[in-house]
Amino acid sequence: MPEFTLDDVRRILRASGGVDEQTDLDGEHFADTAFADLGYDSLALLELVNRIEREYGIQIPDGDLAHTQTPGEALAYVRARLTEARV
Amino acid sequence: MSASGIRPGRRGRSVVTGLGVVAPTGIGAARHWESVLSGKSGLGRITRFDPTGYPVRVAGEVPGFHAREQVPGRLVPQTDRFTHFALAAAQDALADAAADPATLPEYEMAVVTASSSGGTEFGQHEMENLYQKGSSWVGAYQSIAWFYAATTGQVSIRHGMRGPCGVICGEQAGGLDALGQSRRLLDTGSRLVLSGGTDASLCPYGLVAQLSTGRLSTEDDPARAYLPFDAAASGFVPGEGGAMLVVESAEAAHARGVPAYGELLGYAAGFDPTADATPKLPATDTAAGPATAHDGTRLPVADGTAAQPPAPNRPTARRSVLVSVIRRALADAGLAPGEVDMVFADASGTPADDLAEARALTEVFGPGGVPVTAPKTLTGRLYAGGAALDVATALLALSAGVVPHTAGLGRPAPGCEIDLVLDRPRQTDPRTALVLARGHGGFTSALVVGAGDRDALRR
Repeated sequence: MPEFTLDDVRRILRASGGVDEQTDLDGEHFADTAFADLGYDSLALLELVNRIEREYGIQIPDGDLAHTQTPGEALAYVRARLTEARV
Repeated sequence: MSASGIRPGRRGRSVVTGLGVVAPTGIGAARHWESVLSGKSGLGRITRFDPTGYPVRVAGEVPGFHAREQVPGRLVPQTDRFTHFALAAAQDALADAAADPATLPEYEMAVVTASSSGGTEFGQHEMENLYQKGSSWVGAYQSIAWFYAATTGQVSIRHGMRGPCGVICGEQAGGLDALGQSRRLLDTGSRLVLSGGTDASLCPYGLVAQLSTGRLSTEDDPARAYLPFDAAASGFVPGEGGAMLVVESAEAAHARGVPAYGELLGYAAGFDPTADATPKLPATDTAAGPATAHDGTRLPVADGTAAQPPAPNRPTARRSVLVSVIRRALADAGLAPGEVDMVFADASGTPADDLAEARALTEVFGPGGVPVTAPKTLTGRLYAGGAALDVATALLALSAGVVPHTAGLGRPAPGCEIDLVLDRPRQTDPRTALVLARGHGGFTSALVVGAGDRDALRR
């Protein structure tokens, strides 16, 4: 089972929701910046969920990840699900 | 108060202050206009996918469009190519009009675009994901990228234009209808409207959908594939792209101190319920179409049935919807036929439709009564983008004082008694132009534009 890191959140966000000049995914506060402030809306989070499910082979119930506010919270949630999946 | 919500006699003047073009003739109004004047065609063999095996292999593709350079990065994976085109053209149009939406009241700016196909290329990609990999592979952005209003929504959000927004689906006529609607909005509280249209349906799914009309040219030589009003007419070539225009009330433009390319003087729309009965292209010998139709005899059609072509000069013929739409647009503009200096034709490229249009023009203006042109032979028919681009071209022509020519035609089709501008532009200083558009299924629209005070293009 692959590890899931903050870099994976960045990578998947870039591929799914795109980036532009105003988006700073490499800043030191990335983990604690709200998705909305990074420019990602609910659709972007839906797409993030889809891609994580496909890539990591886990099921994320509808709405679970959508309620996380920051990349850091999303990271913690996905790691927990991955740990559950290993058990 | 009429059904449109506009009080009679309350119509203000609507002017066009900015143009943005993304077309097979080039990106940017200046490059497009250079191509028009020099007759540089944007038609060629389809490169966006391998067209081998499809009956239509020639199209008008936008050259050198790189979404990553033209569109905000986040919107590239979230929207279809038709929206990319419109986002780029809208930004150009606003810059051209020296309009900064951030400095204008957000609820007094509106967006009205035309779309004919929606986001077909995006949709095809997601459908492939669906049937090849499964439903979880369908991207979330499919929900907002495919539909007709996607462009209007994204343009509205990007520029903070929160007035009345909408989309019009009238196939090729949609570009004129969007501008007609813009004029209404300026009479009901908006001061600036971003309007126009784009389409980008040059993918296998999009092309196959277009084939169903039976009106696309199967000719392989780009120079021979789209010859409206010509004896060798064989249907039309599909294209991608379009134009966006900044439409403002004359007062708002004056208050901002910006010149206008021209004014929207008159508009009318109608619907021709018999349009679908127009003969489809015969399988062979298409040039025989107008010859047999010339005297009003019945035209042979591919499926073995026959249809009656429009014959407005015959007392028994049904009334031409196009004639009535032209007359209503001129009346709305307060112009007599003799005051129209040039006509941008719909130019279907299908012999029977061309003949019907030529006869409508002859009925209103008299034989050879007005110069007629169709620069769209350089781009193909752009669907929702077609009429919007024609209006942009007409405004550029008014600003430059020339009637652009129709490049590439050889021998006029029999029965088309119109003064088609061929070979080279005419320096006749036109002050008014009539733009015609017919959309598949019966949409029929006409827009009259008049010259403005922006004459930077004049030589």
